[in-house]
Amino acid sequence: MKVDPKDIIIDIQHISKAFGDKVVLDDINLYIKKGEFLTLLGPSGCGKTTMLRMIAGFLGADSGVILLDGKDISPMPPHERPLNTVFQKYALFPHLDVYDNVAFGLKLKKTPKEEIDQRVKKVLKLVSMSDYEDRDVNSLSGGQQQRIAIARALVNQPKVLLLDEPLAALDLKMRKDMQIELKEMHEKLGITFVYVTHDQEEALTLSDTIVVMNEGKIQQIGTPMDIYNEPVNSFVADFIGESNIVNGTMICDRKVEFIGHEFDCVDEGFGENVPVDVVVRPEDIYIMNNLDAAQFTGTVQTCIFKGVHYEMTVITKEGYEVMIQDYNCFEVGSEVGMLIKPADIQVMKKERICNTFEGEMLSDSRIWMLDAEFDCEPQEGLSKGDMVKVEVPFGKIDLRDNLDEGSTDGSVSFILYKGNHYHLTVITPEGHHIYVDTNDVWDKNDIVGIHIDPADMKITKISE
Amino acid sequence: MFKKRSTWAIPYVIFMALFVVLPLLLIAFYAFTDGTGHFTVKNLMNFFTDGKFLNSFFVSLEVALENTLICLAIGYPVAMILASKDLNKSAVTALLFILPMWINALMRTMATAEIFNAFGIQLGKGTLLFGMAYDYLPFMIYPIYNILNKMDASYAEAAADLGAKPATVFLKVTLPLSMPGIISGVMMVFMPTVSTFAISEILTNNTIQLFGSVIQEQFYNMMWNQGAALALVMLIIIGLTTVFSSGKEDETQGGLI
Repeated sequence: MKVDPKDIIIDIQHISKAFGDKVVLDDINLYIKKGEFLTLLGPSGCGKTTMLRMIAGFLGADSGVILLDGKDISPMPPHERPLNTVFQKYALFPHLDVYDNVAFGLKLKKTPKEEIDQRVKKVLKLVSMSDYEDRDVNSLSGGQQQRIAIARALVNQPKVLLLDEPLAALDLKMRKDMQIELKEMHEKLGITFVYVTHDQEEALTLSDTIVVMNEGKIQQIGTPMDIYNEPVNSFVADFIGESNIVNGTMICDRKVEFIGHEFDCVDEGFGENVPVDVVVRPEDIYIMNNLDAAQFTGTVQTCIFKGVHYEMTVITKEGYEVMIQDYNCFEVGSEVGMLIKPADIQVMKKERICNTFEGEMLSDSRIWMLDAEFDCEPQEGLSKGDMVKVEVPFGKIDLRDNLDEGSTDGSVSFILYKGNHYHLTVITPEGHHIYVDTNDVWDKNDIVGIHIDPADMKITKISE
Repeated sequence: MFKKRSTWAIPYVIFMALFVVLPLLLIAFYAFTDGTGHFTVKNLMNFFTDGKFLNSFFVSLEVALENTLICLAIGYPVAMILASKDLNKSAVTALLFILPMWINALMRTMATAEIFNAFGIQLGKGTLLFGMAYDYLPFMIYPIYNILNKMDASYAEAAADLGAKPATVFLKVTLPLSMPGIISGVMMVFMPTVSTFAISEILTNNTIQLFGSVIQEQFYNMMWNQGAALALVMLIIIGLTTVFSSGKEDETQGGLI
């Protein structure tokens, strides 16, 4: 879809940023349309706040430019940018009362006194804080302080309002109310909102466009519906909402095999017999007592009441664990049948099907890769100094509790349950990513020794 | 008997009564009596009528005020540098300002005077102010550094975000928010300098007599009642400044050590 350049207010091009050795933003490209509510969504440390601070001007990029209305604002200090920020912890000036906090920006611009008065009153009315002008900001509740922080930013009529997890400090009920109010304000004012949050539900509720980020990279950009219904990879599927993510094989167009059964689906163009990731939302699996009409059957393992629905885990006859949400409760231990409609199956291309490392031969049976030494089987035709490509299947990486048993070590950074096994992302201290399939239970941030059996390495020489 | 927490305070109460309250009462008693123990206000009246007392009192106030201003003028920028994460990346810088405090104040002062003598610089008010600023600077730096260090960086960012240039950010946000630290620093420099005596004697070769020296002189000459009366005047002045400044201090932002 082509967008008219005139409709773009902020254009982020090739932005990268590293703090020391840690890359926090890796070649970010993103445009923000005039008047839209765009949310940067991701887990903590994904780079979303860094991106926002760069737009506001508090941080410089290592490379890349940010265009505002077509002009490069990278060299512009924050006080010259026609943008305003609502800070996570509000940052209201404690030595000023509500009125002076809100009027701060206007006074700096030498706005006439009557106009300041008028605009402050108007914006306080917008955030429903009209009677609080003379109040000390420290005497306000969290929700009230948040309103004042929003008013203080909006009164300057910024081209873009930047919001850095503005609701994170509020309790659930208050947060829900403020979400609705923010959405109404956005519709009323027509100002572009750029919102940062780690709360996927908040992002789905508020946004016109969601940008899902992880490890400094954009994973997916789309409407809330797109992101929820058609996640592009297993990270997005896992991060947004509840999901069953399993390995599958695309047999041919409109036919996919997973959890030991063949299903009709609506996806095409993957090719034949291609390994894929399959996502099915728990509310999209139909569960029933009638076993004959079912596509597959299993036994109910747990059944938990969640308010609107019941959440059940079912172990299928083939040994896969699936999560199901349904309005009816099916008793633990009972035999049930299940059914999935073709349109509810989301097929995703696998980003990789095995680990690929680059290495260098140290001798005919020693190899240097992942910044460590590994044993390998004697290689014919390879000699010291040869650069090689090493492929190791996910399931052949051996994680050890005892770090001495591994050739190198790493920390578990991402865990994905795939129905009958875990798919882990392990990151070494040098920043190498290793993907591991295992049945053992590890926790996030566990430090593990990494052992690879020589027989499991497939080594090929990289030709110059 | 140790069940009630308030009983734990008894040793402190006894200590305070013996070494704080009793001496204060003694000062008041001596100030309002003559050598024979009869009530009189003559000692206090002497402060207002005797030119020497009043003169040294105002000189003391002036020196203390000047010293406080010098310490503030040097101390605030130093505190800002120490608290800045960009400018001060090691703890060594902070240590450099604290290090002179490890040497006994009297020895430090005498050494300063000797250095002036060695360079042939005439001891007088200039050398006095130099020595005092040198002695009391850390007391100004520390509370200001403390409050700037704890100050949330998002206040300054919010001000810049709302259109304030760096100078305006400082004047409208950083400075007002660091007021409690400034007040603490001013108190901790002003109060001891107004009552100092040894430093002025050493660094001016006794050419400038501060109020503290005058009081000391009274006691040396066995004029206990007159000395006590002058000490009482000083006590009231210091008490008033404390009450005045603590009234303004924001209890949530207090930076006093």
